[in-house]
Amino acid sequence: MRGGWLRVYAIGYLVFLYLPVILLPLFAFNEGTVIAFPLKGFTTQWFVELAGIQALHGALLNSLFIALITASLSVLLGICAARASTRYRWPAKGPMMGVIMLPLVLPEIIVAVSLLVVIVQIFDLPLSAWSVIAGHTLICTPFAIAILTSSFQGLDLSLEEAAVDLGESRWGAFSKIVLPLVSPGIVASFLICFTISLDEFIIAFFLTGAEPTLPVYIWGQLRFPTKIPAVMALGTLMLVASLLILSVAEYFRRRGVRRIGGKDSGGFL
Amino acid sequence: MAAYDTIEARRGWLLVSPTALFVLLLLAAPLATVVSFSFFTQDFLTVDYTPTLNNYREAFTDPIYRVLMLRSLWISGLVTAVTVILAFPIAYFVSFHVAPERKALWIFLITIPFWTSYLLRVFLWKVILGFNGVLNSSLLGIGLIDEPLTFILYNSNAVVITLAHAFAPFTILPIYVALEKIDRSLLEASQDLGESKVSTFFRVTLPLAMPGVVAAVLIVFIPTIGDYVTPRLVGGPNGLMIANMIQTQFLKLNNAPMGATLAVLAMCAVTIISLIFLFFNRRYLR
Repeated sequence: MRGGWLRVYAIGYLVFLYLPVILLPLFAFNEGTVIAFPLKGFTTQWFVELAGIQALHGALLNSLFIALITASLSVLLGICAARASTRYRWPAKGPMMGVIMLPLVLPEIIVAVSLLVVIVQIFDLPLSAWSVIAGHTLICTPFAIAILTSSFQGLDLSLEEAAVDLGESRWGAFSKIVLPLVSPGIVASFLICFTISLDEFIIAFFLTGAEPTLPVYIWGQLRFPTKIPAVMALGTLMLVASLLILSVAEYFRRRGVRRIGGKDSGGFL
Repeated sequence: MAAYDTIEARRGWLLVSPTALFVLLLLAAPLATVVSFSFFTQDFLTVDYTPTLNNYREAFTDPIYRVLMLRSLWISGLVTAVTVILAFPIAYFVSFHVAPERKALWIFLITIPFWTSYLLRVFLWKVILGFNGVLNSSLLGIGLIDEPLTFILYNSNAVVITLAHAFAPFTILPIYVALEKIDRSLLEASQDLGESKVSTFFRVTLPLAMPGVVAAVLIVFIPTIGDYVTPRLVGGPNGLMIANMIQTQFLKLNNAPMGATLAVLAMCAVTIISLIFLFFNRRYLR
């Protein structure tokens, strides 16, 4: 055993981290209608109940649509920026990349209110799924860039040069050599953006129109004590879905690290 | 000034331009709009576009805004301190005491809870910290306390605990990355030259880890000021923060200019504090 008391502390800290996560499935399968201990019996009725809520299905479809578009846009914009910053030297690169990465450290409420003011006050447009997509793409793009930059950085430039020397066009070399090599990074960043968008609440609450996203729907339900057990069941399903998506993302990320012959430094972000 | 290859520079700019345009249109321009809105006033249902400093005057003189702003900065600062101090030993443990092939597993374990729905995590902290909550009933059960603890829910303590949980992975990862970069032979050298383990930590390890700590501090401090979910769910009346007021101004009171003013002030306050913090730590960041 290495680490001594540090190991004890680390395990205590993991308990702190997992405390809410463990409670989620516990209450989802709990027969009692009150979210408190002691637990009553085991039941799956809350999961059955979920299947019958129409508003929930609408919110889920809306969220999936938003997450799909957000992830696609973020990855496209991320590829442009990550490739430009790793492959070429150009003036004002530092400041420009700084501005692009800014949403990573900007309080989300600032992103939300600035888009709200422009959409509602200036252009007098109705809020819709697209306003949420705009906000989510802003905060997801830096994540995509961070992941893609490490993929592009690991590339051996000579592979691409060889392809050009052997007669490929620059686009051909990019699409036939570079893209396949960074594709694990693309998949990983897509899945992470998808998950972030699916779970995002602060921006969505400001920018969602008549059709709520899933987190906005959940926020509305938290006020009604009788609805909470079903929300716990929903949360459990969302957790399982997130973990599946992230495991796939992690698998692709590792495959990417192996493909470019790098050393695995562990974990995303 | 470095010379740039013109073709390369043009290609770089062309390639980055979609992302740059997107950010300029959807972030820079809206931010500028918010700043200009902070100088307008709400005149019942319409916005009066005559520039004035009235909102700022109101924000500085009305005690409610001052109280909320100072409390938000205080809570954000406290959350940052608690989160980083709790997280550092974990990052240190994983970097220095976990076998290399198991590091990725530890990092994965640390990031998993972060992918539970944020709203539900905050809600579950309410369940844990409540009067009849998990914590109180377990402590009562094992006889550590005689009556439920009441100082842990519906006040700023609850906000600090919940946010310290929410931002844990964001602090552990940058510190961990900084610790991983430290050349281990430096630590051996320090001890060979007569420093104790403790003084090696404070004179070699900690200064070298400071870039990670500084990043962690900023990553926690800046976004916390904009969180309105946690204060609303677990903060109670005395745990509300400036973001709650910004949200109310925009969505309930329909006073976008005042909301914009508060948003600008919150942003300025965070930026100034962050710059001061960076200034004091500048020697670690070279």
